Amino acid sequence: MARLNVNPTRMELKRLKASLSTAKRGHKLLKDKSDEMIRRFSVLIKENKRLRDLVEGELSGALRQFSMASGLTGKEQLEKAFSMPAVGVEADYKTKSIMGVVVPDISVKEERRSGLPYAFADITSEADYSVRKITAVVSLLLRLAEIEKAVAMLSDEIERNKRRVNALEYVMIPQYEETIAYIKSKLDENERAATTRLMKVKSMLAGQNS
Amino acid sequence: MEGKTAIIGNGESVLAFKAGGVDAFTAVDEKDARTLLRRLARNYKIIFITDDLARPLDDLIKRFNEQAYPIVVPVPSENGASSYARDKMREEMERALGVDILFNREEK
Repeated sequence: MARLNVNPTRMELKRLKASLSTAKRGHKLLKDKSDEMIRRFSVLIKENKRLRDLVEGELSGALRQFSMASGLTGKEQLEKAFSMPAVGVEADYKTKSIMGVVVPDISVKEERRSGLPYAFADITSEADYSVRKITAVVSLLLRLAEIEKAVAMLSDEIERNKRRVNALEYVMIPQYEETIAYIKSKLDENERAATTRLMKVKSMLAGQNS
Repeated sequence: MEGKTAIIGNGESVLAFKAGGVDAFTAVDEKDARTLLRRLARNYKIIFITDDLARPLDDLIKRFNEQAYPIVVPVPSENGASSYARDKMREEMERALGVDILFNREEK
């Protein structure tokens, strides 16, 4: 690993030692953060999988039923039947923070009214079942949306964090350590040179005086 | 519902969501869905998109991961669920953890 291009002085040595201890502390903190994020992530992704399976099962069944039902009705009629605005799920859309990552936080406020938003004469009864089912699934879908987004954002952040940890561990810290060792050896060498010079001068002076 | 959730789909199935209080939009092809998604992203908090439409829009959907909202959620269409959402989950998991902790049982 290349050492940094600095002058081998005591000033630099002092500065580098401070940087090294900061880097080491930062590395430890980031590593702890990474561990905790991974723990949270593995909990979330399990929940994500469970919800995804549940929702996909419910929804594909309901949708298949719905398309069967809508086959019996004309397209225009179907669109007319559903042109009324329906009362859906009321929810609060806020955000919360998981380990510094801002993720959505959705709280479903209340269950919607159970009536169907169209005239029964317009459409077959098969559609009623599927529409009811889908309406019930919507609040589950909101929960899934929240968790899936959190999982996606968290995985991005974990990756970014991992890169930072690696940069510190394998680049910054070795660089600092190597440079510090280099400066130390350089300073020691200077000191030895000075000592030998003094001894030499002393012996020369002693030779002259005698 | 004040326009918080929307669905983009390619068939009549989106109408069923409309009855559930989700604003429904139809898109016929990828280009259509792309412009629609861009437009809806400004006004809606959650956008459901049928997963056969979502797969080609993966690059756009990934870009929404920078912020908490809007959330783009792939949902199955009336033709059943594709593996898109599952693939995405697996990819995220492998990126974050380096190993697959959920799906290994289902393989082979």
